[in-house]
Formats: sequence, C-alpha cells, structure tokens
Amino acid sequence: MTELRPAGLLIDRVSKDLGGRRIVDDMQLEVHAGELTCLLGPSGCGKTTTLRMIGGFLQPDAGRILIDGADVSFLAPERRPTSMVFQNYALWPHMTVFKNVAFGLKLRKLPKKEIRERVEHVLELVGLTHHIQSYPARISGGEQQRVALARALVLEPKVLLLDEPLSNLDAKLRVRVREDIREIQQRIGITTVFVTHDQDEALSISDRIAVMSGGKVEQYADPRTLYREPATHFVASFVGAMNFYRATLHDNAIELPDGTRIACDGVSQNGAAPVEVGVRPEDVEVRTDGDGAEATVVREIPRGHYKELVLTVGGDEVRAFVGTEVTSPERLRVRFNRAVVYEGGSAVSEAKEPVATA
Amino acid sequence: MSAVEHQGTVLGELRQAELPVVAANRRRGPAAVKNASVKLLGAVVVTILLVFMVGPLVWLMLRAFSGLWQFPQFLPSTWTVQWWRSVFDDKNLAHSIKLSFEFAPVVTILSAVICLPAAYAFSRFNFPGRRVLLISLFATNAFPKIGLYVSMAGVFYTLNLMGTFMGVVIVQLIGTIVFMTWIPTAAFSAIPRSLEEAARDVGAGPLRVFFRVTFPLAAPGILVAMILSFLAAFDEAQGTFLVGIPNYITMPTEMYTLVLNYPEQAAAVFSILLAIPSVILMSFARRHVMGGRLAEGFQIR
Repeated sequence: MTELRPAGLLIDRVSKDLGGRRIVDDMQLEVHAGELTCLLGPSGCGKTTTLRMIGGFLQPDAGRILIDGADVSFLAPERRPTSMVFQNYALWPHMTVFKNVAFGLKLRKLPKKEIRERVEHVLELVGLTHHIQSYPARISGGEQQRVALARALVLEPKVLLLDEPLSNLDAKLRVRVREDIREIQQRIGITTVFVTHDQDEALSISDRIAVMSGGKVEQYADPRTLYREPATHFVASFVGAMNFYRATLHDNAIELPDGTRIACDGVSQNGAAPVEVGVRPEDVEVRTDGDGAEATVVREIPRGHYKELVLTVGGDEVRAFVGTEVTSPERLRVRFNRAVVYEGGSAVSEAKEPVATA
Repeated sequence: MSAVEHQGTVLGELRQAELPVVAANRRRGPAAVKNASVKLLGAVVVTILLVFMVGPLVWLMLRAFSGLWQFPQFLPSTWTVQWWRSVFDDKNLAHSIKLSFEFAPVVTILSAVICLPAAYAFSRFNFPGRRVLLISLFATNAFPKIGLYVSMAGVFYTLNLMGTFMGVVIVQLIGTIVFMTWIPTAAFSAIPRSLEEAARDVGAGPLRVFFRVTFPLAAPGILVAMILSFLAAFDEAQGTFLVGIPNYITMPTEMYTLVLNYPEQAAAVFSILLAIPSVILMSFARRHVMGGRLAEGFQIR
C-alpha cells in the first residue's frame, strides 16, 4: 500500500424513499479529506441507507454524492472509489483469507507478485499474516472483522465505509477493535464514514459526528462540542445522559413548576414563559450542607468508578453522577454547574463555539 | 399449648419420614416406565420400517438369482445366473440401457440451463406473481401424470415431436422442473446478499459476481437438484413410453415389455440394474452434500 491520496466526500441535499417512506430527507453533509465521520442515530434514522448510497448499493432519489469533486451518484458499486466493511463482514466462505483480500486486485489484473505483496502488506497492517491461508470460518469474529477491513483497504479506496462493523463483537473486543480501526485510519489518513448506533463508539473514535434522526442530520460537530452543546433535544437525549426540566429562567437560577429554585450558573432571565432546560448528570453538584435546593435520595446506583444518585427535587427527578467517596444521607442539597436551554427542541442559550458545518 | 406443640412435632416427624420415599417413587417410577415404553415403541417402528423398506429389496435379490421357487418354500430350491445372462444378451435391453444413459444427462443439463436462471430470479427478485409461479411448479406433480402426457401427446403430434429424441427429452424435462427450481432457489436464498454486494464493492460486475461468488456457494444445493433431476429423468416411464415408442425405448419403458415377455426373474434382474444409478447417486449425494439442503429446498417463503 503506497500513499493514499485522501479525498473529500460531499452529500449534497440527498433524499431517498424506500417502501413508500422517506428514509433520508434532504441530507447535507461534508466529510473532509482524511477525516473520520460517524453517522450516529437510532435504527431507522437513515444512517445505513446513507452509507449504502455512498457505496452505490442504492441510488438517491434526489441530490448528488460527490467524491473528490466528482459526481458518483449513479455509478455502480464496482465503479466507485469506495470500499465497504459490512456489518456481517461478508467474507466469502469458499475463499481463504488471502483470496478474499486478493479478489479485488485480481479483478484489476495486477501482476501476481504485486498482488501477493499488497495482500501481505495489508494483512500485516491489520495483524493477520499468520492467518493468510485460513478460511473465514476458522478464525474468530474479531479476526474476520480485520480481514474485512484489510479487504477494503487493499484497494486503496478514496473513501472507506464501515457499516456498524463492531456490532457482532463482544464488549471488550469492540473497544479494542475500534481503537485499532481508528489507529489504522489515522496512519493511512483515509477519509472514512462510520455508521453506528453506539454513542460511546462514536464519541471515542470520530473527528466529527453527524447525529441523525428521521433522515436528517440533527447536529454535525466534533465529539466534544456535540457532548457539551447538544444542538437539539434529540441530540442531548441520544448522546450521553441528560436531565430535562420544564422551568422558568432567572438570573443564575431556574425555577421548577412547583416553585423550587435551583441555582444554575450561566442562565439569565428571558421572560416568564417556561422553557426546557437540560443538565448533564455530571454537572449536578451535590452537597451535604450549605446552600442549594433540597433534594431527597431515591436510589443509589453503583457504576464502578463513580456512582449515580437518583434524587427528587421539588417533584422532579434529578440524576447525578458523583464520586464513590460521596456518602449520601437521605437529604442533600443540589445546584447545577451548567445547563443548556432549549426552545422548540433547539438550543438557544450557551455560548456556542462555532459549529463546523462545511 | 404443650399438647399442640407435641402434635406438631409428631406430624412433622411423620411427614419427614414419608417424604423421601414418595419423592423417590415420583422421580424414578413413572419416568423409567415411560422411558422403556418409548424405547420399545421405537424398536417396533424401526423393525416395521426395515421390513417394509429392505424386505422387497431382499425378495428382489432372491428372485433375480432363483431357479425353481415354489409357493410354500421359504427359499428358492435352485439358484442360477441365467436371468442375468439373458438380460445382458438381449440386444434390445442393452440398447435401452444405453439410451437411458443418453437421455438422463441431456435432460438434466437442459433442465439446469432453463431452471437455474429462474431459480435465481425467484430467490433474488420480488416480482408480481412470484409466489403463484413458484407454487404452480408443483402443479405438474400434483395430478396423475398420465393425463398430462395424453394431452401433451396431442400437441406433440401437431408439432411432429412424437417418436423423436427431442419429444422424449421434453416429456422427461417436465418431471425435473420442480427439483431444479425449488432446491436451487433455496440454495440461492441461503446466500446473504452482502456476499454479493461485497464482490460488487471490490469491482466485480454482476456476471462475475454470479460465477465467482453466488454459484460456488450454491453449488451443493444445485448438485442435489441435478442428482434428483437425473434420477427423475432416468426413472421416467409413462411419458417416455407414450412419446418415445417405437423409436426410443429406455430402461423403465422396457420394463413393460419385460414383464409381459419374460419370466418375472428377468424383471427382477432388470429392476436391480435400474436401481444401481439411484443407489450410487443417492449415496454420493448423502456423502458430499449437507443433509439439510434437500429439506431446505421446500421451505421457501
């Protein structure tokens, strides 16, 4: 594998109907050269359909898909500069690992010697040279997954597509393989689109994440921005945990419907109408004494290196992540260190860092 | 107070003493009896099956080598190979064997050429009428064939197909279609589409995908279909008789003549000869192909 020339990908106002239902709806997304973008969303949000349109297995009903500036919207999969890693790996069971990886190169009529070199090189990259003559059924799921990755990478595609590649692995292996994938992706600098419904996966390997819902991109941002400043209610609830309250805003405090006031930094009064306030559990500060709204402990859930407290404050539930050293008497006092205010489902407060859109 | 306590203890002791015995009975007794009766029933069923399946074959073998065999005797009183000799010496019979081995491969290959693309379409595309067509393929097997053949004969006369090689091929083809469509359809359906998509993805066109990925993976199912089609063509008698005589007389049609013209020992010899390809091909199929393929073939949705 020589040097890859990274290319950008542009999904330009693409729509797709399947079975009479709009699956992808006027979607706009740009992936920079060499970037790893995750399409994150619940099942049925259109992420896999989008990926299959990029790969050429589906054709958009409207809009264009550009790779490196060239329109590929209606090219057959075999004519696109994309390579896909399938959810079930889709290794050919009647071919050895070598033949699986070499198949695409053979179709390109490369000399035998070069094929062998390139296959060996890419198998070295994924750490599978010892299984070169094994059949897929003889190797483990994690190894099959890496063969599938090698098979995609050996063709030096402009864009690498991964369709929930880790969903068939057990939890421990999933974490290791995703780090491997990220490491390899960064080393060769290949533009990558990674589909997943696992927010943890998306947050830990992406340059940028596009959270999708109902065939649209809800927010497209780097993992930190996405987590700290979820642009919509949907993103806030899908990525990480979030407490939501209907509350009226005061300066540095919010007021729950029953009149309880909870101190909250960074909010300011903006009229009497109640709005939706989102607070991350780690932004809930819990004290045993001093000021703050009174809270009652309902439940304590050990989470390993931290614990989750379920509290009630003024008739509303507050979930807080606290250190394991915090002992919880029945009564506590809480305040919020940070909050995001939503109106009509979209964030209105919180000084946002410029969200990269293009 | 103390009386009540006392009574309680006595009852408790009683219960404790009785319990293990009852429990043991419940555990061992009925279960063991049930087990034994299931085994016995199994043995009876297997024996009956053996008698019905192996019995006729044994009788056939005895008959083929028997000289004099009169009614009350359990075994033939004299043994001979003369029936084998007379079958092999008869020019007509030898010719019919040769003919049978010409028709069956031709029919099988033609059937594959016609039915495999259909099977692929049934498996991969959802077109209107798919289910109706798939099920209607059974129709040819659902009615007495002779009725079908008689009406076919009418058509064949006008097309000048009666007594021709092609006519016999077509009539034998009818019986193979169900195998050649249903089993490969299941075989194709069992291949995940993503395997084909992955091949497209690395640069193979649709035809190459079929020959390099789909076909090799469906091959065991296709092989089973071909074996069953071969046997169906090889054993087909009624239609071949109706269309083929007097020019083309295959082994099964020759049976009719044999039964009429020779003693029944010759017919026994001939049926053993007729069974040989079936036995060989079936055992081959069993050894080289996963058992589930055949069953899978009739479970398409």
